[in-house]
Amino acid sequence: MFEYAPAPESRAVVEVKPSYGLFIDGEFVDGEDRNKTVNPASEEVLAEVAWAGPANVDRAVRAARRAYDEVWGPMSGRDRAKYLFRIARIVQERSRELAVLESLDNGKPIRESRDVDLPLVAAHFFYYAGWADKLGHAGYGPDPRPLGVAGQVIPWNFPLLMLAWKIAPALAAGNTVVLKPAETTPLTALLFAEICQQADLPPGVVNIVTGAGETGRALVEHDGIAKVAFTGSTEVGRQIARSVAGTRKKLTLELGGKAANIVFDDAPVDQAVEGIVNGIFFNQGHVCCAGSRLLVQESVYDEVLGSLKRRMARLRVGDPLDKNTDIGAINSAAQLDRIRELSEIGSSEGAERWSPPCELPDRGFWFAPTIFTGVSQAHRIAREEIFGPVLSVLTFRTPAEAVEKANNTPYGLSAGIWTDKGSRILWMADRLRAGVVWANTFNKFDPTSPFGGYKESGYGREGGRQGLEAYLDV
Amino acid sequence: MSERIAVRKTYKLFIGGKFPRSESGRSYPVQNSNVALASRKDVRDAVLAARAAVKGWSGATAYNRGQILYRVAEMLEGRRDQFVGLGVPAAEVDEAIDRWVWYAGWADKLTQVYGNANPVAGPYFNLSAPEPTGVVGVLAPTEPALLGLVSVVAPAIVSGNTVVVLVAEASPLPAITLSEVLATSDLPGGVVNLLTGRPAETAPWLAGHMDVNALDLTGVDDPELAAELERAAAGNLKRVLRPAAGPVDWTADPGVGRMTALLETKTVWHPKGV
Repeated sequence: MFEYAPAPESRAVVEVKPSYGLFIDGEFVDGEDRNKTVNPASEEVLAEVAWAGPANVDRAVRAARRAYDEVWGPMSGRDRAKYLFRIARIVQERSRELAVLESLDNGKPIRESRDVDLPLVAAHFFYYAGWADKLGHAGYGPDPRPLGVAGQVIPWNFPLLMLAWKIAPALAAGNTVVLKPAETTPLTALLFAEICQQADLPPGVVNIVTGAGETGRALVEHDGIAKVAFTGSTEVGRQIARSVAGTRKKLTLELGGKAANIVFDDAPVDQAVEGIVNGIFFNQGHVCCAGSRLLVQESVYDEVLGSLKRRMARLRVGDPLDKNTDIGAINSAAQLDRIRELSEIGSSEGAERWSPPCELPDRGFWFAPTIFTGVSQAHRIAREEIFGPVLSVLTFRTPAEAVEKANNTPYGLSAGIWTDKGSRILWMADRLRAGVVWANTFNKFDPTSPFGGYKESGYGREGGRQGLEAYLDV
Repeated sequence: MSERIAVRKTYKLFIGGKFPRSESGRSYPVQNSNVALASRKDVRDAVLAARAAVKGWSGATAYNRGQILYRVAEMLEGRRDQFVGLGVPAAEVDEAIDRWVWYAGWADKLTQVYGNANPVAGPYFNLSAPEPTGVVGVLAPTEPALLGLVSVVAPAIVSGNTVVVLVAEASPLPAITLSEVLATSDLPGGVVNLLTGRPAETAPWLAGHMDVNALDLTGVDDPELAAELERAAAGNLKRVLRPAAGPVDWTADPGVGRMTALLETKTVWHPKGV
């Protein structure tokens, strides 16, 4: 391993306040309860954050409804667009501040929050801003209407990016929103609320209610919302689908995944290995579309595995704010427990576990990059989403077998194909039951590119022209 | 010379391109005929047949699917009088025939209208295209018996989905006769499966079936039952098409919503380079 001097990003660019309120009707207010949010890399308490109970959720929904009826609904698309462009610009201007805060609260490497999350957040607002006055050209009829108030619940893995994926299309289409960030990563959403104030966004158009599952439930079940958008686990997605049954609420869900990353014997091995590493170790594997099942053609198994292990030995795990860090902290103690538990099950079911020699910090939540070989399709580590830096390796002989194994999962969010043969890529892409297929690349995102799953990975798309449908009465 | 004794028709189910009786051995009387009363086992058999048909039907060319849907219209046209004899108004039969023709033309246009290239900020080819979601469970409306049925089946299968249809209890005869049309239209067996009987009894098994991808509740009049079925559908996160909020004018332009509700968008990325 090369030695690098520490290259820490400065924390001074962002002021973390000792306490944060809920953002309702354009103002910060107290909640029913308060809780602490910690830095997962150090377990240091970052701030106290208000948690919303049913009364504050109700206030937020009413504020959103009032803003919808009186301000945002009647406003022209052209003017809505200008607010969204304004937000996109402020995000760009304050991007370092947001990136550092994201890494502090989430544990992800600053290199990723700075180079991936934040540019995509700004781009997402910029992209949907342009749709606000062009909805009649989106393919949903000449004058598609918004739905009303959208209740949105987002996960902790890409806190600000998921906020952007939810809020930008909703506002562009003319809805107002009440958004609940994840309880372990509320801070960038609350800084975003300040950006809404700075943009002079009319009060009530965006409301942020922090809290845990109970807050989310109160929001999803509130009679005043017309739309539920959720990103998170398949289990919670199922509960939400049940709870909106029999209502007229429109629902979109972006849930779990267990993507196959398929490497054929004619793939350039070095590129494929970079793709495998990016597929499973990007963002500590806290990625719903992570390539968590590696399918390697038998004839190149030894070569690919050898190269993968050499590459993994060079991954730098540690301080998220260090610009050299590849893998940061696991987001929470609970998530670390889940990763440990499933990894132990992997060993006890007979798979062989390997991690590179890797020194982990004493404090905080850490898990070394790990691969399991000798994995069968029946193993739980091949079936269940681990949501951590853990890769299950399986093999195949023929393209048909690769398709069969890749599709042998209740999920269908993403898939990867590595081969030099164009016709095989297209043949495979036709047969893979997944919403996003990355060929000779992986984990690429763009606001113009629709993202979302088949089967139990949920329904609806985020991004692109298709992403508007979730927020229009069509 | 005595009058000729007519040969009556046995009204059976339509599963996998064949016409079996209900495995339960049950039937119920409709217009002086004994119509098969499907059981939950029949539902499961129909889902198996529908699943088996997905690969071939979704893999067929759009041109081929369009031709087959058009062939259905041709066959239906030839049997106009038979439907009129069952009490279906002639105008409704005509509308049903024309609806097949309308949807037939969509087969090779859906991908163009609902797919597109995406100008991502990087050196990548990026294309989104719609695909069928898979097996669709359908609760057909009671009225209009033929046009309503055609209007829920055609938009589901035109894109490559296969269907298991629970025919409304009160009006099964046009549905069974339609299945005879489908069986002679080059439609592969299993693409459309029709079960007569009591949807209120069989629908929970269809809604909760883990190998069904979507559920169309259009024919459910009881809001309580619709909510119960939607909850059951959440077990494997089926795409759910809820019953309309108000009365439906089945003779109106059907629009595209029934087709698009049963589509997935798949996006494929590939780097550009030399």
